[in-house]
This record gives sequence, structure tokens and C-alpha cells, in this order.
Amino acid sequence: MSEVKQITGAGVPLFLDDIDTDRIIPARFLRCVSFDGLGEHAFEDDRKQDTNHPFDDERFANGKVLVSGRNFGCGSSREHAPQSLMRWGIQAVIAESFAEIFFGNCTGLGIPAVCADREELKKLAAAIEAQPDLEVTVDLEALQVRYGDTAISCTTTEEARSALVSGQWDFLGQLLAEQPAIRSTAASLPYLSNFA
Amino acid sequence: MTQNLFNKVYDQHVVGQLASGQDQIFVGRHLIHEVTSPQAFEMLRERGLKVMFPERTLATVDHIIPTDDQARPFVDLLAEQMMSAIEVNCAEFGVELLKLDDQRQGIVHVVGPEQGLTQPGITLVCGDSHTSTHGAFGNISLGIGTSQVAQVLATQTLAMKRLEVRRIEVNGTLASGVFAKDVALHIIRVLGVEGGVGYAYEYAGTVFDAMDMEERMTVCNMSIEGGARCGYVNPDETTVEYLRGRPLSPQGEEFERAAEWWLSLASGPDAEFDDVIKIDAADIEPTVTWGINPAQSVGVSKAIPAVSEFPEHEQVGVQEALEFMDIQAEAPIAGLKIDVAFIGSCTNSRISDLREAAAVAKGNQVADGVRALIVPGSQLVRQQAESEGLDKVFTEAGFEWRSAGCSMCLAMNPDKLQGREISASSSNRNFKGRQGSPTGRTLLMSPAMVAAAAVNGCVTDVRNMLG
Repeated sequence: MSEVKQITGAGVPLFLDDIDTDRIIPARFLRCVSFDGLGEHAFEDDRKQDTNHPFDDERFANGKVLVSGRNFGCGSSREHAPQSLMRWGIQAVIAESFAEIFFGNCTGLGIPAVCADREELKKLAAAIEAQPDLEVTVDLEALQVRYGDTAISCTTTEEARSALVSGQWDFLGQLLAEQPAIRSTAASLPYLSNFA
Repeated sequence: MTQNLFNKVYDQHVVGQLASGQDQIFVGRHLIHEVTSPQAFEMLRERGLKVMFPERTLATVDHIIPTDDQARPFVDLLAEQMMSAIEVNCAEFGVELLKLDDQRQGIVHVVGPEQGLTQPGITLVCGDSHTSTHGAFGNISLGIGTSQVAQVLATQTLAMKRLEVRRIEVNGTLASGVFAKDVALHIIRVLGVEGGVGYAYEYAGTVFDAMDMEERMTVCNMSIEGGARCGYVNPDETTVEYLRGRPLSPQGEEFERAAEWWLSLASGPDAEFDDVIKIDAADIEPTVTWGINPAQSVGVSKAIPAVSEFPEHEQVGVQEALEFMDIQAEAPIAGLKIDVAFIGSCTNSRISDLREAAAVAKGNQVADGVRALIVPGSQLVRQQAESEGLDKVFTEAGFEWRSAGCSMCLAMNPDKLQGREISASSSNRNFKGRQGSPTGRTLLMSPAMVAAAAVNGCVTDVRNMLG
């Protein structure tokens, strides 16, 4: 797995609160057995109802860093949501806060999800609006978001930061390595030993 | 100070710590369904992996299945493809699947408890956010993403960070016409849709002590709508008696040993919590959502709040909700016209929900122009309801009586809102487009309130219809 220390790219401003995963990828697109092709349907219903949606705005078509508000990714656990954002081109998300399952799904895909101050996020979103090709950097080592002459601090969980920076964000291999310990924990559980 | 239930159960399941700091946690029970598992099985195939403990995983089909004509192949070929995929995957990897011809089939969060699979003291995960439902039995039950489903299949473990625990005490007595759903919606309004992030919720107090298991499941189910990834109620005699005699419960003497262990897990009177919230049952009314998230709700006797009543940072979202819903702030919620009534979903599709709705529907008629559906949570719930004659009560009142599945809660099957329709729904999410029409609108409420709305054609205070 590759180390994810910094993501740099153009931004996409979507400064709204409580964006749920049904909005990110409506349920009808979950009728699939693969994540391929989900990118084009990201925010599909929002885009139909808002012709100015940033995901349809040519100026942000190359965006890699999504900027949003509070409680981003709430609702359904569907990994299809970060998968669709990733396949659309998003490589990092900066928001005021995240719903927990979405946050974990992002980490497991190597997508940094970092939190920043609301007022700073508003300024960042406005700066991207004013200059769509503005380079935005999410730096997980310095825990900073940088653009133009501005650097703001950001936060994430230490566990997610460490997993991404060290390239250990795909947990499957690490979990698999512990088979003897897994069997020993299983053997210690009352409900796996007849409650004896 | 002693440990609360969450920490006792968590500690017993820690396998070790990963390099990045997460704990590796053993998963006692894994439930899968057709929507979030196909990619996980594919990940196993790509890496040449097997399922480590196939007997710890149980599969069912619920999200995409039609609730009227279930003949194969399904009319929706994408749904048929998903159905075939789970059949092939379960056969190949040795996982038991409850197919449509199995009377145990139903919504994953109805099936687990009904079969006795969901027990106190276990860890339980499923690729579905409403896995929090199972916490009603006093355990750690979490929704996970598909990559984690693959990890659980391959290793029976997942990487996670210990949660903090907030005890939510609801004391007093619920008034007639006030149900578990109202308790859930009230808690979410008080604490907000992200109030629970980072917490497991322990639900306690005399209201939860008095609840039956199905009511506890309804409240735990909605934990995620308040941001909490899991919620639980401490096991007590109600829990033990619910589990006695279920197919997957321990039997005979083993059951008595199990019960003793289960009861020992409950948080004691001096247990430590990271936060405690107290709510008075007398403050809880039949509750209806008016917006596009489950915290945007109001007691049925009240008016939709004015934008100015919200903190400044929430006002843009409130305005967005009012515009999408096309309703007026400060207008009463009662009397709001509906087009569809939906009783079903993992929140409220169990036998007690259907009994409560039937008590309201009995002898009445669904209002002209309203389409009303009853979708039982499992085939066994459907059979039980039929044995009590509830199907007749509903069909005579003009409701459609369907087969088990998730149906119009998220509308992945043919049951969908059309255009701008407004649905009175016993489900869990009122998000934009949630019920299948991108512009469709949802009002969440208890099953009895949905039945009342169905027969009156508008939001109605069910207390006026109960004797």
C-alpha cells in the first residue's frame, strides 16, 4: 500500500452541512455487484435539481480536494459513497466534521478526511470559487491545509493519520497476520465455549 | 467505579493492537445482505482468501427484493444479478443464506433477533448502518463498510477505536399514543444528528426498563440517525425471556448459564460513563419530522419551528429543508396532507408495530388518493400477523399487504415514491430522495401515526384516535 502523506490538487467547494450518503450516491445506483462506474453518478440527484452544482461545473472538473461542512457523509454505511467520490476524482475531503462510518470507509480507501474550523472552511471555499485552479494541499504530517499564502491547521484521528502516512490503511493484511491471536480470543469467549 | 457494558464487552473481544493504533476486535456474529457484500467476496477472490469462520456469518436478502411479484428472474435485471451474486458467493464460500423460499428470510435486522442469533455480550457487525438495532440485547453492534465486510469474512475481526459511552436516561412513563419511535426521534432532536459521533449510546431509565425487546430495537436502530454508531440497552429479564427457546439461542442448561453471564454484563449502579443525559418521558409527544434529516422534527401538537429559532449556523440548512419540503415555518404539522403511507423497515416492521398500526386502521378506510403499504419485516412476522388476522384488518381498510423486505425505506426495489409525493413513513430516514423519487418527501413517525395519517389523508395526532 502506498503512503498517503500529502494530497495536492484543485478544490471543489460544496459548503453544506449534513450531506448524507444517499445524496452522495442515491440508492438506485447501489444495484450493482462492482464499484466500477459509480463516479459518474456522484451527487446525481442533487446535480439534477441544482444546475449550479459544483460536480457539474466545468471550473471544478479537475478537483481533487472536496470542501464541505458539518457531519459530512452521515446516514447509510454504503462504501459506495466514498467509492463514487474517489472514482469521480476526489482524493481528499476537508470538512467541519464527519460521520463516523463514512470517515472509516475513507481511511480504508486511502482518502484523507480531515476536519478544519468552520470559518476557515468558508474562506477556503470562497478562495476556490474565486480561483478554481487554486492548488490546495492536505498535509497529514504537518496536519495543515495550505492554499495560496494561507496555512490552516486541521485534525483527524491519530489512528487514521498514522495508518495513511505509514501506508498501512488497507487493514486486511494486518488483520490476517494475527490468525493465532484471533483463534485464541475466540476460544476465550463464553458464547463460543458453551458458556462453560 | 465499575466498567459499563460497552467496555466489558469491548475488552473481551480485543485481539491486539495494530501498528497504527487501532484495536483488532473479534466479531462474534456477522450478518450480510445482497447490497454491500458482492464487492467484499470479490476482494476475497482477488486475494485468494477463504472465509475464516463461515458459521459465524449469516446471509439474508432484503434490500432489492420485490415485495409483490417475487418470481425469478426478477423484472429488475440488476436486482436479479445481485440476487444471483449472493447465491453464488454464499455457496462458494460456505455461508448460510436465507433465500426467498426460506420462511426465516426478512430484513437482516429483524431476522437476527427473531432467530436468537442476536445475543447479549457479543460483537455483531453488518454492512448496514442500522446494525445498531441489535444493541437492544446489550452488546456491541456496528455498521461497517464493504472493505470491512471483506476483512470480517477473511479474519472475523475488524480494526476500530474504542468509543466513548454516553448514558441516555429516559425516566417517567410514556403517555398513551407515545411509542418507542417517538422516544428515538425526541432523543435525536435533543442531541442533534451528529451529537452521537464518537459515542456508543447506553439507553437506560424507567422508560427503557419497561420497554419490550421490539421497542428497544426501534430506539437502538435510530442511534445512527443521531450520529452514534451503536446504541444498547443493558440485558435484563426481558432480554432473557425474549431469547428463551429461539432457534439459535442456547438450549437447556446452557441457556441458564448463558443468562447468568448475560445479566452479569449490565452496567452496574456505579458504572462510569463519559457523559450522561437525562430526559423526562413527560416531554415526549407523538413526533413527526418536517425536514430532511431526522433531527428536524416536532411534536404533533406543535408548529414547525421558525428559522430564527435555530442557531445561526443551522439556519441555511433549515431553509434548505423548508424549501425542499415546500412547507411553511410556523404552520402546524398536523393537517399536512400525505400521498403515501408506508409501514415497514428495520425500524418499525415487527409484530408489535403491525399490531399498533392495525389498532388504528381497524374499521377505518385509507383516505381517497392515499397509497398505503404494509411491509412486514420478515416472513415470520408476516405469518404471525396473518395468524392474528391483521392482514385482513389492513386489506379491509385499503392497505396493501406485502411480502418481507426493506421496500420503500430506501426504495431499491420497485416500491418508490413518484415525483413530489409526500410519504408518512415508519422508516428511519427523511433524506432528500430517500424513498426513491429524487424530489420525493418523507415524514417520519411511529407506525400508529402512519396508520392515522393514512386514514385521515394528513398528519393526525393518533392520541385522538385511541380510546
